[in-house]
Amino acid sequence: MDILSLFVTVPIFTLIALLFAKGLKQVRIISLIGMGIQFVMAINLVFAYFKERAINSDIMVFTQDYTWFKNFNIHYTVGADGITVAMIVLTAIVVLAGVFISWKTEDLPKEFFISLIVLAAGVYGFFISIDLFTMFVFYEIAVIPMFLLIGIWGTGPKEYSAMKLTLMLMGASALLLVGILGIYFNSAGADGVLTYNILDIAKVTIDSDAQKLFFPIVFIGFGVLGAMFPFHTWSPDGHASAPTAVSMLHAGVLMKLGGYGIFRVAMYLLPEGAAEWGNFFIVLAVIGVIYGALAAVRQTDLKYINAYSSVSHLGMVLFALLMMNKTAWNGAIMQSLSHGFMTALFFALIGMIYGRTHTRDITKLGGLLKVIPFISVIYVIAGLASLGLPGFSGFVAEMQIFQGAFQHPDTFHRIASIITVSAIVVTAVYILRVVGIMLMGTIKNEEHLSLKDATWYEKTGIFLLLIPIIGMGMAPLWLSDMITESLAPFIHRML
Amino acid sequence: MTIENFLLMRNEISLLAVILLILIGEIFVSNKKTVINIAIILFIVHTIIGFLPLEIGKLFGGSFRTNELVHFFKSVLNVGVIIVLLQANDWIKEKLSIENKSSEFYILLFATLLGMYYMISAGDFLMLFIGIELATIPTAALVAYETSKKKSAEAGIKFILSAALATGVSLFGISMLYASTGSIYFTEVSTLLTNTPLAVLGFVFFFAGIAFKVSLVPFHFWTADTYEGAPISVASYLSVISKASAVFVMVMVLFTVFQSLSAIWVNMIYGIAIATMFIGNLFALRQQNMKRFLAYSSIAQAGFILLGMIANTDLGITTVVYFAAIYIFSNLAAFGVVQSISHKTGKENIDDYNGLYRTNPKMSLVMLMALFSLAGIPPVAGFFGKFFLFTAAASKGYYLLVFIAVINVTISLYYYLLVVQAMFLRKGENPIPFYKNSIAAKAGLVIAVLGIFVIGLYSPIYEYIADISNFVFK
Repeated sequence: MDILSLFVTVPIFTLIALLFAKGLKQVRIISLIGMGIQFVMAINLVFAYFKERAINSDIMVFTQDYTWFKNFNIHYTVGADGITVAMIVLTAIVVLAGVFISWKTEDLPKEFFISLIVLAAGVYGFFISIDLFTMFVFYEIAVIPMFLLIGIWGTGPKEYSAMKLTLMLMGASALLLVGILGIYFNSAGADGVLTYNILDIAKVTIDSDAQKLFFPIVFIGFGVLGAMFPFHTWSPDGHASAPTAVSMLHAGVLMKLGGYGIFRVAMYLLPEGAAEWGNFFIVLAVIGVIYGALAAVRQTDLKYINAYSSVSHLGMVLFALLMMNKTAWNGAIMQSLSHGFMTALFFALIGMIYGRTHTRDITKLGGLLKVIPFISVIYVIAGLASLGLPGFSGFVAEMQIFQGAFQHPDTFHRIASIITVSAIVVTAVYILRVVGIMLMGTIKNEEHLSLKDATWYEKTGIFLLLIPIIGMGMAPLWLSDMITESLAPFIHRML
Repeated sequence: MTIENFLLMRNEISLLAVILLILIGEIFVSNKKTVINIAIILFIVHTIIGFLPLEIGKLFGGSFRTNELVHFFKSVLNVGVIIVLLQANDWIKEKLSIENKSSEFYILLFATLLGMYYMISAGDFLMLFIGIELATIPTAALVAYETSKKKSAEAGIKFILSAALATGVSLFGISMLYASTGSIYFTEVSTLLTNTPLAVLGFVFFFAGIAFKVSLVPFHFWTADTYEGAPISVASYLSVISKASAVFVMVMVLFTVFQSLSAIWVNMIYGIAIATMFIGNLFALRQQNMKRFLAYSSIAQAGFILLGMIANTDLGITTVVYFAAIYIFSNLAAFGVVQSISHKTGKENIDDYNGLYRTNPKMSLVMLMALFSLAGIPPVAGFFGKFFLFTAAASKGYYLLVFIAVINVTISLYYYLLVVQAMFLRKGENPIPFYKNSIAAKAGLVIAVLGIFVIGLYSPIYEYIADISNFVFK
């Protein structure tokens, strides 16, 4: 078994073990062991990657290839570059933190962890695949457990949210199917063989008309998952209804599939399409950034605030990807990672606050810093990271994005960049507003006086997420180098 | 012609033997429940014989022909029928055998299957027509089998009237085709057929008859009422075995006999596919009764199958046959759960399924897999079946049609998820209590679920179908 496929097989074995588990204690121990192994494997992968990279200059390393449906030239092909490795580390950390945060799942714990791990397996599979068909299979496997996770363990209008989220995401994946078929039937190289392999397709210049036709289809197909305006509406409802760990995983990891897919499939394989449609999608991305930020200002539900903030941050990822230069792309990947850790941390903290106070309405909360100082302080830190304070991951990412964006001298890009930059100010407004109302001031509800601070498993989850945020902010270079190196083939093909 | 030639009809002869043995066994065996077991065992033996390799050839001057694909498809139908029999076992034992009409059920059912064998193997229009008739008329009796229920009788009369009309129209079409070509043999018709108004008219009439059996729009009106009124086993038999064989005949006839009219039927299929998908899906949205729900869902599935046919290449045959096999297992798994619950509790509405997972987790999981397969969600087989059908359509550049189809996939996902929502998300006030299935019912469900997983993930099955289905366009 190769080092990458293990990321799919370990969850499968964990699932099989879970089937025989009884009671919450066994279930969470098995999940913890399984996801702990994944975490160790992810850390190990980073070192193995650097070692392999030193001697191997292929676009993808650790490649493995098994034929699946040979009539369609469908393979199970895996491989990794620096971006993949970074995404896998993100996933491993968020999933492990999610297991800790869900430590006290009372209702149907076995089913909860099984769904969660199916989702994780789908995400890992998506990131390691370099065959479009396999990638698509994993994409759907990652999305569908959300229906059960939100519908069974969620809060509020959970059935509505679960249905809306699933239908929008699966509708998007259906659209993506058309795009993938379009790419497949235009992928014949000199030998005339059709292929789903991304690396092989990247050697072919796809017919220009086909590129222009299928680029928006693939872009929107992935863009919906990346909460692209105006297809973001599933995100606030879905996140608000989802249980904590699911919000973490979804905002932290699953939504990254969107940006990753756009970059790796839509833009990389259809560069002419990207050139043709770039400006159109820049407009949408900019609207998403500013709209998400403004909407977050008006919300009073903590989860809605964070969900709209995700729309805004991920809009920035799309914006950066469409800026078409190395610096911005680097920033986009960094922003993906940074947002993944940050938003997962936010949702974890919101879950803790909600679990204690039973409300997410910030107008009913106040002075929490006095009663639950640990959670509150971490919330402030996460907030500062989110608004891009130097020293945290957000700053590193946004700095690069705007540095890249301002390299375009023309009016259109300049205006778009300026509008996007201004969203940072709005971000500060909604973050500081929450901090001011919820954490500072007087305690509004006397029952809150007896609240207990974070437990050991909650703290473990928090630290898992906090360390990379600070780590990326303090020492971004090794990560940045790893990503920049992997951008070479993209630069070669698109610029 | 020697006696060995007749061995080409081995499947038919062995099935006929099964029918006769049951008929004789009914006379000599006094215990009715033994007859039931004998019938199932005989049919399983017949299925196993069916798996043995068979020679390729023609009989009666080309009226009857067999090849690997035909043989394979008969085996698939056999396995499907075994699942139906296993799932129907409780119902037959506890109801029909008391009313003293259990062995007739088998005889009628196997007679229709015999008809389908001849439909599939037909090499001329006469044999095809006899096959269709043999497959249809006993079905009407089966639909009306629950004589104590008014709805069953109503469904029976609806079915026989529409079926009679459809076969009549079909026969009219055949006569026109004969008029324009002077032959009823497929091979001759395919070379003689030219694009004349009479031939086209004949084709359209003939097509309508088959379309009725597949329940394509606008020939779908009988479906929901018949399924709802018929005993569930019969409904599931109609929706999978009968439909699958008709699909097979349709794809074969279109690709071989009417190849010269392909410019016409491709456009026809295009329109009918869109109409069938939309009408099936939109009507399924509002259904409360599980049988009606599955009826409309099966109409929509037929619409998806047309996407494979429109390709008009080897890929089209392969994907259609592959999808039909997957569809048989998926739909039978769904019908099996509906059947089991209806048999134990008499409940058939979606609302009755509220909270099913908490009382009967295994049944809910089977239903979940079946619905996911019908909806086309990986890793179950339905996903692969649909993806390849869409690939077939896209291979000819019908991207717009694929786009419309994926919209329909999303619509269909909504109503499939409604059932999942009832089973998993809700806590019913009056949920179906926990109960244990009989071994036969369990076996029926397990085979169906295994089929759902294996056919999709195990790619050699697809490759085998592709290998044996490349004879048309040589």
